[in-house]
Amino acid sequence: MTTKKDKIVEIEEAVIRFAGDSGDGMQLTGNLFSDSTAFAGNDFATFPDYPSEIRAPQGTVSGVSGFQIHFGHKNIHTTGDLADVLVAMNPASLKANLKWVKKDAIIIVNSDEFTEKNLVKAGFENNPLEDNSLTGHLLIRGPLSTLTKEAVKELDLDNKSALKSKNMFALGIIYYLFNRDYTKTFPFFETKFKKNPLVVEANKKVLEAGYNYAETLEAFTNTYRIEKASLNKGRYRNVTGNLATAWGLLAASERSGRKIYLGSYPITPATDILQELSKHKQFACVTQQAEDEIAGVVSTIGGSFAGAMAVTTTSGPGLSLKSEAIGLAVMTELPMVIVDVQRGGPSTGLPTKSEQSDLMQALYGRNGEAPCIVMAATSAADAFYSAYEAAKLAMEHMTPVILLTDGSIGNGSEVFKIPKVADLPEINPPIAKANDPEYQAYKRDPKTLARQWAVAGTPGLRHRLGGLEKEDITGNVSQEPLNHQKMTDLRQAKVDKVADFIPPLEVEGDSKSDLLVVGWGGTHGVLLTAVEEMRAEGKSVSMVHFKHIMPLPKNVHEVFSGFKKIIVCENNMGQFANYLRMTHPEFKYEQYNKVQGLPFMVSELKTKFDTLLNE
Amino acid sequence: MEQKIEPQELQLTKQDFESDQMVKWCPGCGDHAILKSVENVFPVVGQKMGYKKEDFVVVSGIGCSSRFPYYMNTYGIHGIHGRAAALAMGIKLTNPKLSVWMISGDGDSMAIGGNHFIHIARRNPDINYLMFNNKIYGLTKGQYSPTTPKGQKTKTSPQGTFETPFNPGELAIGARGKFFARVIDTNPKLMQKVFLEAALHHGASIVEILQNCVIYNNKIHALITGRDTKDDNQLILEAGEPMLFGKDKSKGIILEGTHLKAVTIGENGITKEDILVHDPTTEDTGIHMMLASMAPPELPAALGVIRSVKAETLEDAIWNSVEHEKEVSPYKNVDDLLNSGNTWEID
Repeated sequence: MTTKKDKIVEIEEAVIRFAGDSGDGMQLTGNLFSDSTAFAGNDFATFPDYPSEIRAPQGTVSGVSGFQIHFGHKNIHTTGDLADVLVAMNPASLKANLKWVKKDAIIIVNSDEFTEKNLVKAGFENNPLEDNSLTGHLLIRGPLSTLTKEAVKELDLDNKSALKSKNMFALGIIYYLFNRDYTKTFPFFETKFKKNPLVVEANKKVLEAGYNYAETLEAFTNTYRIEKASLNKGRYRNVTGNLATAWGLLAASERSGRKIYLGSYPITPATDILQELSKHKQFACVTQQAEDEIAGVVSTIGGSFAGAMAVTTTSGPGLSLKSEAIGLAVMTELPMVIVDVQRGGPSTGLPTKSEQSDLMQALYGRNGEAPCIVMAATSAADAFYSAYEAAKLAMEHMTPVILLTDGSIGNGSEVFKIPKVADLPEINPPIAKANDPEYQAYKRDPKTLARQWAVAGTPGLRHRLGGLEKEDITGNVSQEPLNHQKMTDLRQAKVDKVADFIPPLEVEGDSKSDLLVVGWGGTHGVLLTAVEEMRAEGKSVSMVHFKHIMPLPKNVHEVFSGFKKIIVCENNMGQFANYLRMTHPEFKYEQYNKVQGLPFMVSELKTKFDTLLNE
Repeated sequence: MEQKIEPQELQLTKQDFESDQMVKWCPGCGDHAILKSVENVFPVVGQKMGYKKEDFVVVSGIGCSSRFPYYMNTYGIHGIHGRAAALAMGIKLTNPKLSVWMISGDGDSMAIGGNHFIHIARRNPDINYLMFNNKIYGLTKGQYSPTTPKGQKTKTSPQGTFETPFNPGELAIGARGKFFARVIDTNPKLMQKVFLEAALHHGASIVEILQNCVIYNNKIHALITGRDTKDDNQLILEAGEPMLFGKDKSKGIILEGTHLKAVTIGENGITKEDILVHDPTTEDTGIHMMLASMAPPELPAALGVIRSVKAETLEDAIWNSVEHEKEVSPYKNVDDLLNSGNTWEID
């Protein structure tokens, strides 16, 4: 690398948005920049934003694929509101993303793509590069296609293949802008295109050309550097929420000594978990891609009866299909984890966008009185610990556990401090002992009210389970009225007792103040950022965030009592707020809701909180 | 801790599998005879295949037949409607050492569970699938099922059904099933023989049991089971034997053109050598499919093992893969995995 001509400015944080046609390789570009950010020692979070079509019509707004990364010197909790830098590979991606950039953002466009035809496709009446509509931004108009072809002209590549690496030209420009060492990305090309040395060479050349182009361009007045983040000592990596979920489950399997049985059906955005676990047969992880969602969950109940740590993964519509079987798991009191990576609903809804609207379905979406544990992961990295805890609670309390994550968590990524499996809490399922003369199918441990897990094949414990109501203690089929009442009460009491085994709610900020911000699941980072910023401004705001929903932590009343106003923020129309109105009707709840397939923005939250404070 | 060890029986008996629960099927229901046959065959299966009594698992869906697990003293799950095949699969894939038996009916298997039926057939886990076919919904009191003959009047088809019924054998074989057999509830000897063959077959063994519902579809199989008519209307298949039937075994099945035909030996120059010899082990589904389709009055119903073809089971494939991956995987434990790929150290 040559010495820089441009001035280097130290900044705290930045948001970059890569956008292009869905075939332009923007996800890869974003991921490579993330890796480079990790090497630079920054904290970061990423968020892919892509259409549900694999290849929507080229050049149209509906075919735009985006990838946003927020990185910085301080702890990063969100993927960022508005971008400081936008890379737009065609007019459509500029059109789709202009509303997501700051007023003074740097916008880098591939000017070769701004042809009359493409402008029409994108819905521009005038060429935005020429009509002054981008005034205020620092606009870099680079003929990226031409320059890419130029960079590889010495190689024996056809036009189409040459153009494939134009995303690396854009990445090279961004590397220059943020003072990254582009050679650190070379090993990736060497592995990825191992079988095609020409492509390795092309990508290297183009990336380098992009970097050098930015340097010689003299268009940037500054380049930027962000100091290493002040993260705790330890080994780190980048994880998406889906990967972390899969790994959390594997860790729970290893720690409990129970092989995994996973029965799942592919569904966006949950499929990654099935794919990841399918790779790890070496850990006795049996995965079955079932013929449908129902077979997935029902086979999981079979796996649990045979002693496996049983898991099924899905998204909203799939959870609907699994309802009846989850009822069977409630009735048979067999452990299993149901992961629901929530997406926009109802019905097929917004398959690739995130929402938190399956909460009521998770809590109550079954026939009869059918309580089970409901938990929600709070971030991509937390999905590891949430999945681990979901498996632990399921097995130790002999009940299905629904773990809610969402599309933002599942596909989003963040920095993850790598734990040691041995440091995770023990998992001790109540396995019934062979030939125990005292064994009865529905006899319970008074501490947890869990029955014992008598694994099929164990000598001396033969018994029958099923969907029909069972007699207390013996487990024989029973239609006796008072027994049904008792068993219904016991099933609820068993789930309620889990509250003895989960941590209390912790307040972020003062335990008494004017406003308490309440959230659950995947909105943790953005709510925390908004509250931290407001507290730094001297505002009387605190926050609690729920990870355990059924049962709730025991100290909800005590915590809520310290605040004048409570606002529940969620990406649905008020499901958790209504749940709190049922469980804790003694408080008044304000709501902030958003169902646009988009995460909350820090700015909009702060505006809302300010309004409440000033009322 | 002191553990009381049950004395391990050298020989299992029928009593080992009898439940203390009251059997609540209607008097005269064909299910009673099927239950007895299963109780009789489990000790034999145990002895021949090395299963102990705790190794048997009986699962079911919903319907009259699906109460079966409650009437057996084994591990059991009475599941949800149509999904027993998925339960059975989860159990077998998790622990291939268990002897997994699945009980279902024509509504459970052919209607709500039709999807699972075809997929278990093609996937071929080693499960013994007993499907009671009485061609009616019994537990809901008399509606037509997917196997009810076209035109039959039932509570939901007062004008007679308008639908073409499934033939479970055609469906099983068409779904690339490797084992299909058919028995009748009035022939316990044949049931036990076929159940044992189903157990010995390594793979998904689907057995259709023609079962009589005395209340809602009495005598639906009368042509095949009636004292006066059965000889001419049932062909009991034996591997390697000519397909002979009728009183005195004077009739047989030949292939004429592309069709099966019933003939009488001695008539029109037909000799015993012209009669088809049964080969259940051939991969080719042609004759098996035709045998499964045969029905009175034109042709006798085929009973016994129609198809029994060797193939790798699903659980063997999966667990062989587990063993292989254990050897070749760079990850010996989850810590290895967590630390794989791009990681960095913060001091």
